[in-house]
Amino acid sequence: MENLPTETPLLETRGLTKMFGSLRACDAIDLSIAPGEVHALLGENGAGKSTLVKMLFGVLDPSEGEILWKGKPVKIGSPGEARATGVGMVFQHFSLFEALTVAENIALALDGNIGIDQISEEAGRLSQEYGLPLDPSAHVADLSVGERQRIEIVRALLQNPELIILDEPTSVLTPQEADKLFETLAKLQSEGRSVLYISHRLEEVQRICDRATVLRHGKVTGDCDPRQETPSSLAQMMVGGEVAEISGAGLGEPGEVLIEVNKLSAPSRSPFAVALRDIDLSVRAGEVVAIAGVAGNGQSELFDVLSGEDKVGDADAIKIRGQSVGGKGITERRLMGCGFVPEERHGHAAVTDLPLTANLVLSRHASDRSTFLSGGPIGLINTGAVAIAAKRISEVMDVRKSGEDPAAGSLSGGNLQKFIVGRELDRQPVVLVVNQPTWGVDAGAASRIRQALIDLAKSGSAVVVISQDLDEVFEIASRIAVINEGRLSEPEPAKTMTRERIGLLMGGFHDGTGHAHAEAIYAH
Amino acid sequence: MRIELKKRDGLSSLFSILSPFIALGLTLIAGVILFLLLGKDPVKALYSFFIEPLTEVWSLHELAVKAAPLILIAVGLSICYRSNNWNIGAEGQFIIGAMAGSILPVMFHGWQSPLVLPLMLIFAMIGGAAYAAIPAFLKARLNTNEILTSLMLVYVAQLFLDWMVRGPWRNPEGFNFPETRNFHDYAVLPRIIETGKTHWGFGFALIAAIVLWFIMRRTLKGFEITVLGASARAGRFAGFSDKKMVYFAFLLSGALAGLAGISEVSGAIGQVRPVISPGYGFTAIIVAFLGRLNPLGIVAAGLVLALTYLGGEAAQISIGITDKVTRLFQGLLLFFVLGCDTLIHYRIRIVTGATQKGSAA
Repeated sequence: MENLPTETPLLETRGLTKMFGSLRACDAIDLSIAPGEVHALLGENGAGKSTLVKMLFGVLDPSEGEILWKGKPVKIGSPGEARATGVGMVFQHFSLFEALTVAENIALALDGNIGIDQISEEAGRLSQEYGLPLDPSAHVADLSVGERQRIEIVRALLQNPELIILDEPTSVLTPQEADKLFETLAKLQSEGRSVLYISHRLEEVQRICDRATVLRHGKVTGDCDPRQETPSSLAQMMVGGEVAEISGAGLGEPGEVLIEVNKLSAPSRSPFAVALRDIDLSVRAGEVVAIAGVAGNGQSELFDVLSGEDKVGDADAIKIRGQSVGGKGITERRLMGCGFVPEERHGHAAVTDLPLTANLVLSRHASDRSTFLSGGPIGLINTGAVAIAAKRISEVMDVRKSGEDPAAGSLSGGNLQKFIVGRELDRQPVVLVVNQPTWGVDAGAASRIRQALIDLAKSGSAVVVISQDLDEVFEIASRIAVINEGRLSEPEPAKTMTRERIGLLMGGFHDGTGHAHAEAIYAH
Repeated sequence: MRIELKKRDGLSSLFSILSPFIALGLTLIAGVILFLLLGKDPVKALYSFFIEPLTEVWSLHELAVKAAPLILIAVGLSICYRSNNWNIGAEGQFIIGAMAGSILPVMFHGWQSPLVLPLMLIFAMIGGAAYAAIPAFLKARLNTNEILTSLMLVYVAQLFLDWMVRGPWRNPEGFNFPETRNFHDYAVLPRIIETGKTHWGFGFALIAAIVLWFIMRRTLKGFEITVLGASARAGRFAGFSDKKMVYFAFLLSGALAGLAGISEVSGAIGQVRPVISPGYGFTAIIVAFLGRLNPLGIVAAGLVLALTYLGGEAAQISIGITDKVTRLFQGLLLFFVLGCDTLIHYRIRIVTGATQKGSAA
């Protein structure tokens, strides 16, 4: 199937390897990108995609192997050298100064003394040409995530690169914003530039990429034309086996309301946090309500008030099983039968340096006081009982670990997440609130976690899942709501919800009450 | 060119344990160089500094007397530092505790009863805790930096003590010397064994070390301290309050510093003077780190640091060098302890001009 490239590839790697200690993050990677090609780099989190592109962009030094640029071996020692060679990169996490204007941010990344007016003019021209509308004098703090990404792209384009690397560019975009980005990529391609597009979203890759290189555990497991493949054949290359199908069958009629949020508003805790505004939500026994939304629209703030890590002034704003709990803390809510899984595993859901058993005590010392503690007020920890429970959780959730009781930080992201979710499921919580349950988790672990959430709802609990991953949302939810700038849309049955509608809600169109910002986005 | 610290991939547990010993060795090597530069025989100097004090029974008692306050303060500080509260003001809490404990024998000289001593100990702990509550309140309520506030309060305490002893508390029968009355018999902390100077302060230190070791090792409270110290966010998720922990850590370490203060005044000095501590509160910071913030390790570290005090005095007499050398040794030791810990966790990488050249291109 391989049609051998007749011309010299723009960029080629031969046996490129990166070792971290004894771990081969990238293991003898062969990759070749032809001029004018949109090339996908596919793989799950932790497959080595980021390590590979960091080597291409001079952020990491390869341990072995070589990089060829237009057929000649090159050494890329720093991002500056990469840019000089002709490689531009748009990172997943933006590196922008919020207090500065668009033009000032662009100027910072450029070498030499070019006047800010000249940069503004040039940036304005580029953004027009590539369909990336930007106001060079706007302050970054006022811009949406999509607009910020455009700054990064324009910044890369100003260097006139021949190869542009985009790291998971659509993970922060609404479906509509993503469409705009794809138009820009098509334009770049038509000019003969190459694009290396990193993603784990198969649909996108099939839509815009000419070729794909698939990575798994640091090795190349596939080199193909994604349009010739099916999503499931691509997934198999990524995961290396069949992924269990999630089954929502058996979810019955929802029962009584278990958790209820009434007109909940909370001011933002810091200049970078989002204020919650007039949130209404009620979740019944036996249903999974998913809250979709683009990152940074109040998800973690909502999680914190639901969990009780942040209390709210109005006690009636949150009710659990009919009782007002707005002013009650996380321990009291746990004692009422709630379980919580925050987004950040390291340093929030778990303490990285402590062993798994200690991390089990972390969230369950109050709810399981009678088994885990003894000695009354002295509070002796029963290490034996804790170890038994930790072992049970590891077995049920298939947590793979080195040793009996390793430090939480030594587990891979997926395994730690399975443990953290299992830690709550093990108590059979009446209400479970989960933020980004499968973020950064491999497909096998993700399907296991999702199935466990559905099974919990089947057994009569109310489950709230806050997630950025639309595939996940559609896979598990009975009803779907969307959070945007701290407001929550009315939950709608998953059966009648569409991706387009979610996209509109993500942009802030709340049934005709679309506000200024949303209009600003779509006016372009 | 610039120097970077890069985290090491694998942590050597052997070196983590060896670290304090390596630091001790390096301190001795630095000591040899120092004495050579001073023109003294380094072997003789080190002998009189570190060995001679261990050869006599009376000086072993002296060692226990000096180690008692260091250990008592340091085990309290270890709880603070484990929970990420940086109390640098133990010296001030030591002084205020000593003064609060001295209220009864100094101001109510006439009341002599077996109740006096227990009350003195309690007053001292309350005094030390109350003084530590100030930086705790400022941190919990106003988010001030506790390192600065607790340190500045040391100077306030020192000057307050000086003023009290020269003024209101001066012994009316003491020929205007700046010192209080001698404590009466009921107010003196008894010796552990009659034949030596070691008083019950050393007993308190050992008890405190063992109790806190047990708390840290086995109880939910110890777990709470560890979790909040490792990650305040995870602590909140666990339902622990970081604000309450600020108070707990400061009050506990303040109370232990206060207990150390009254033990020193009542057990070793027998009256209150303008200066009652050769810097125990600061030296205890070194003790806490040299003991790896582990209460049992701190007992050993406290004895080592107590030795530097004795050695300084001995060296002053036998080879005629200034007692400032004591402070120098203590400083060197802290420097090497922190240095060893850093280099065990990180390696140094020197980045040469390549990067600059690249970005200028």
